[in-house]
Amino acid sequence: MPAVYLSINARKRILDILVYLFLGLGSIIYILPFLWQVSTSLKIQSQLFVFPPKWIPQPVAWENYPRGLRMVPFARYFLNSSIVTTLSVIGRLVSCPIVAYSFARLKWPGRNFFFVVTLATLMIPFQVTMIPLFITFRKLGWIDTFKPLIIPCFFGSAFFIFLLRQFFLTIPEELSDAAKIDGCSHFGIFWRIMLPLTKPALAVVAIFEFLWTWNDFIGPLIFLNSEEKYTVAIGLQQFFGAHGADWGALMATSTIVTFPVILLFFFTQRYFIEGITLTGIKA
Amino acid sequence: MPFTLKWRSKIRDTIHGYLFALPWILGFLAFMLYPIGSVLLYSFCSYDVVSPPQWIFLENYQELFFKDPIFWNTVFNTLYFTGVSVPAGLMVALALALLLNRSIKGRPLFRTIFYLPAIVPIVSTAILWVWILNPQYGLLNNLLAKIGVTGPGWLASTIWSKPGIILMRIWMVGGTMIIFLAGLQDIPRQLYEVAEIDGANVWKQFLYITLPMLTPTIFFNLVINTISAFQTFTEVYIMTGGGPARSTLFLVPYLYQQGFRYFRMGYASSIATVLFLMIFICTIVILYTSSRWVYYERR
Repeated sequence: MPAVYLSINARKRILDILVYLFLGLGSIIYILPFLWQVSTSLKIQSQLFVFPPKWIPQPVAWENYPRGLRMVPFARYFLNSSIVTTLSVIGRLVSCPIVAYSFARLKWPGRNFFFVVTLATLMIPFQVTMIPLFITFRKLGWIDTFKPLIIPCFFGSAFFIFLLRQFFLTIPEELSDAAKIDGCSHFGIFWRIMLPLTKPALAVVAIFEFLWTWNDFIGPLIFLNSEEKYTVAIGLQQFFGAHGADWGALMATSTIVTFPVILLFFFTQRYFIEGITLTGIKA
Repeated sequence: MPFTLKWRSKIRDTIHGYLFALPWILGFLAFMLYPIGSVLLYSFCSYDVVSPPQWIFLENYQELFFKDPIFWNTVFNTLYFTGVSVPAGLMVALALALLLNRSIKGRPLFRTIFYLPAIVPIVSTAILWVWILNPQYGLLNNLLAKIGVTGPGWLASTIWSKPGIILMRIWMVGGTMIIFLAGLQDIPRQLYEVAEIDGANVWKQFLYITLPMLTPTIFFNLVINTISAFQTFTEVYIMTGGGPARSTLFLVPYLYQQGFRYFRMGYASSIATVLFLMIFICTIVILYTSSRWVYYERR
């Protein structure tokens, strides 16, 4: 068989076309569920259960959105989620950087050992410790308050401490050495020199904490009981439990609950990618 | 004089070091070490939250291992789910990352599309997929019907319920994909240039350059995803409640059931201990075998 010789450029061209083909196919597959969600959210009940299903709703049932929001007190849930999320983000931002700085730049006996222990705790999921935590918080009278969801955030987080430590390590040591010679205290170096340089990493911490708290389900499920304390995640699940077949209203409220996250993502995409990369490669 | 000065600065560093790390030291003790110790202790107790815990030593474990067939069922389900969803997810994430690693137009857009499912609230995703997997009116079976395949009952079937949840998991691999992408971009370009001069085709380049250079990233993703698969809870709680016929009852949903439905905190603690041991053993096995297949560049 005579071999077909293609120039390197032609081969590259063919490869690019193949890549586009697969990317196109893949993104259609990935985006279809979202389109399905939005399409369903705009359908009247009788249009849901037809075969084959129609992608374009007719008529367009905008009323699913206000109707879904009225069926359960979603405004209350949004407020609750906002409170818990905001305070959690503040807690992480207050507590994590200084600990990370201590791990990255200060020398103290036991530091390396404790850092390894910190990394090891990344292996232990909340699901393992949730029973004793529930029992303890119950004894403290914290159940059915936001305290179990917020207060632990003010005591650091292994993941964020690790992330910020990696970031501090990339800042040249000469900067802090110069400040030290000028008589700057450790806290002064941290506060005046390191922290302002850390803004991108702090943004990463804030974004991820926002995302995880807003999306968290198991925490609020265990620690909250009464309806007026529910977060949006629990509220949505309750709604699903009560009106499981009303897919129009369900998909409408799902879309609304998802919206803040998507919004956040589009404005902070760069930090998302950076954050994942920062923790990913260095591991 | 210089000697004492040095010591003074050392002591000062130590005091500051501990002081700065104090929030996390306290947090670690209160929210990590203490609960881990307690969960172990409670696993030897009978405890219903209302009356004080009673020491029953190994009875919980005896029941778990020898008298509770549901437990073994959940262990099997968890291993099945982890064993299928993790490798499948890694492969899809790697494939997407490889496609995105070429310098082509519209890359940020594609990246966004693939990443988006990973950040959507899991409750919302789970509800959406119940609808997608609806045997009669769902998206998936309708698409299958278009190519002439009669789709299964998915979440209503004991055989297809786990694959259904696994499909959803694979849809959510965006985070893993981004880490792969970062790993790919770390591979020096010269390696490919040299290979090209030597006449290695794309497949050979992938096999002999990309894959070996990527093993640290694969290793990292494997550990992270395995741990996260073992924790699966929300999907099950919302989509199936563990059914049908307990076919999707994994370890954590079972733990939740025992602890927070039946208030058998001691028994649930023994399940939590088993969960911890399973994660621990899996991580150690991956870590131990990694020296054979993970290639670390000498720096």
